[in-house]
Amino acid sequence: MTSSHGAVGQAHSKAHSAKETSIPVGTKVVIDEAGLSALFSRLIKIGYQPIGPKVRDGAVVYEEISSPSDLPVGFSDEQEGGKYRLVPGTKGSFFEYLVGPTSWKKFLFPPRHKMWSADRDGKGFTVENPTDDAPAYAFIGVRSCELNAMKIQDKVFGFGREDKCGAGIFSDPGYVARRSKALIIGVNCSRAGKTCFCSSMGGDPHMKEGQGYDLTLTEFAPSNGKHEFMMEVGSERGALILDLLPHREARSADVSMADSQARKARGEMGRKMVPDVKDVLPRNLRHQRWDEVAERCLSCANCTMVCPTCFCSTVNDTTDLKGDHAERWRSWDSCFSIDFSYIHGGAIRRETKSRYRQWMTHKLSNWHEQYGTSGCVGCGRCITWCPVGIDITEEAKAIKNTGE
Amino acid sequence: MRHAIKKKEASCACYSGGADPMHPRPFRVLEIWKELSDTFSMSLTPEDGGPVIFAPGQFNMLYVFGIGEVPISVSGDPTNRSVLIHTTRAVGNVSKALDSLKAGAIVGVRGPYGSEWPLAVAEGTDLVFVAGGIGLAPLRPAIYQAMAERHKYGNIAVLYGARTPEDILFSKELLRWKARFDIDVQVTVDRATGNWQGRVGLVTKLIQSGGFDPMNATAYTCGPEVMMRHVVDSLHERGVPLDHIYLSMERNMKCAVGFCGHCQWGASFICRDGPVFRYDKIVDTLNVREL
Repeated sequence: MTSSHGAVGQAHSKAHSAKETSIPVGTKVVIDEAGLSALFSRLIKIGYQPIGPKVRDGAVVYEEISSPSDLPVGFSDEQEGGKYRLVPGTKGSFFEYLVGPTSWKKFLFPPRHKMWSADRDGKGFTVENPTDDAPAYAFIGVRSCELNAMKIQDKVFGFGREDKCGAGIFSDPGYVARRSKALIIGVNCSRAGKTCFCSSMGGDPHMKEGQGYDLTLTEFAPSNGKHEFMMEVGSERGALILDLLPHREARSADVSMADSQARKARGEMGRKMVPDVKDVLPRNLRHQRWDEVAERCLSCANCTMVCPTCFCSTVNDTTDLKGDHAERWRSWDSCFSIDFSYIHGGAIRRETKSRYRQWMTHKLSNWHEQYGTSGCVGCGRCITWCPVGIDITEEAKAIKNTGE
Repeated sequence: MRHAIKKKEASCACYSGGADPMHPRPFRVLEIWKELSDTFSMSLTPEDGGPVIFAPGQFNMLYVFGIGEVPISVSGDPTNRSVLIHTTRAVGNVSKALDSLKAGAIVGVRGPYGSEWPLAVAEGTDLVFVAGGIGLAPLRPAIYQAMAERHKYGNIAVLYGARTPEDILFSKELLRWKARFDIDVQVTVDRATGNWQGRVGLVTKLIQSGGFDPMNATAYTCGPEVMMRHVVDSLHERGVPLDHIYLSMERNMKCAVGFCGHCQWGASFICRDGPVFRYDKIVDTLNVREL
């Protein structure tokens, strides 16, 4: 099957059944807080489940939300290797914090997911698909690096790609269905964190036309009771939604304010990836640095769990007590676990250094050969959420500077 | 490119039970028989009556109801379109459960997956099959195919090494092949037991004396990784060009369709880019420990 005829969400078709819009893609408008509230109620009314940032357990996570007041209002964050703190930010701001430990992949590629169930009938069994009751998601607050990550997972799971079974190219029907229904409302970053390095992974804190969003927001910091957002239209779907919101046309002052915000964020980028890492790593598979990093690495798999592109999974087959009903569940897995590479006779990657090397060379080098893109978007999560603060950009630099 | 590995378009998702590549298709067990103390074969036929299509070297995912799924190479004859044969060792949960099934039981099958032993590229050359232990099973379909179109090739050598005489897989078939005038079959064991009077030693010794023209031969090898490394060295020493040598790799596999990430080996997915690789393309990968 091709992705183009993947299940089209109820919300999607409802939005399309609305009247035609004259707002072209690329249009820039300005909305205020009332406009943002109207966006939420409009999305819910046409059948979307809004998902967005929310504070829970001292971190910004992505969960179901229903109005702007659910957002982490007035929060900012501090991030460093092995460190994440929510701190007070500009009063009344909605989007000043940066990315937290969750990413949107948990909605499109669920951490635990029933693939099918089977029931015995006589000697045989019948396999059934679970009904996919995932709603049409409206992702609100997708950052530029996260949208890039989503597009990378699209390549892994075959969204927007023709199957070629003869060549072993398949698509994951569940991912494709959830992804084609999802609406993406991006948020441009007003700042960059100390573990951010999207600029050196071909990204930018502000989204560009054609990047794949339906709508984007640029938040102008609230002052003197005025709180506005520039909104850009990225798709016809987005235009149909904007059409129903109170808005005014963006003026050149708005556009230049957004531009200067982007420049500021670019200048604050806390980390940088060495540019030719893709070619450096395969030349240095026996480098001593792998031993050194293995002395620090706990092999805990945090980096793979927070990474918005990591896609490895395992399956578990189960039965009920009578043995008449069986299920197969897929769950996230990590190349850092010893079982990951198990074949009869033992694990292939027994040492931590082999597992770290697998993760890093896959992410930064092999991914290019497999999918024509790096597997890293520079979001910095693996640095922030590493309990011992291992920094992928530092490791890459060390290997480049002392390797072949 | 003379030696490009191609995949059978005809094999397109033919065993998968629907549009979802993770759905198994029910096959009925016709027969299960013991090959060696820990090794068995099973013949299967699709419940829906469809054809069995695979290329030599390809594998299927076999599912036992409620227990789990494992990748196993096809060991049967590719010209037989009604029966699928797999041979494996009963060493894990799923393979032991497969071994304990009775005729008439239903198993789930997904596949066939992966690259094939390319025989078409070897037309006009001598063929050398070098197998170690259970590695003879994935090579057998290629040997069947070569014999079915015997006139296309020069000499054919089957060089096989087992641990002990009791571990010689498909021994009756090896004897049958040995009785033919158009194929050279040689067997060696690592350790002689009982009244074995045959060869003792590594399979690499057979390469040194095997009856084939190294400059005009295509070699296919399957067995433990360490064995295959030595086999490649011996073949190369005799003068077989590295781009005329193919080997089959094994890694952990959960999905066989490129999603689960487990079978990655360097930039390759064994399920899709392998299991059969041309040696010169993977030489750098093969020589890195724990990759």
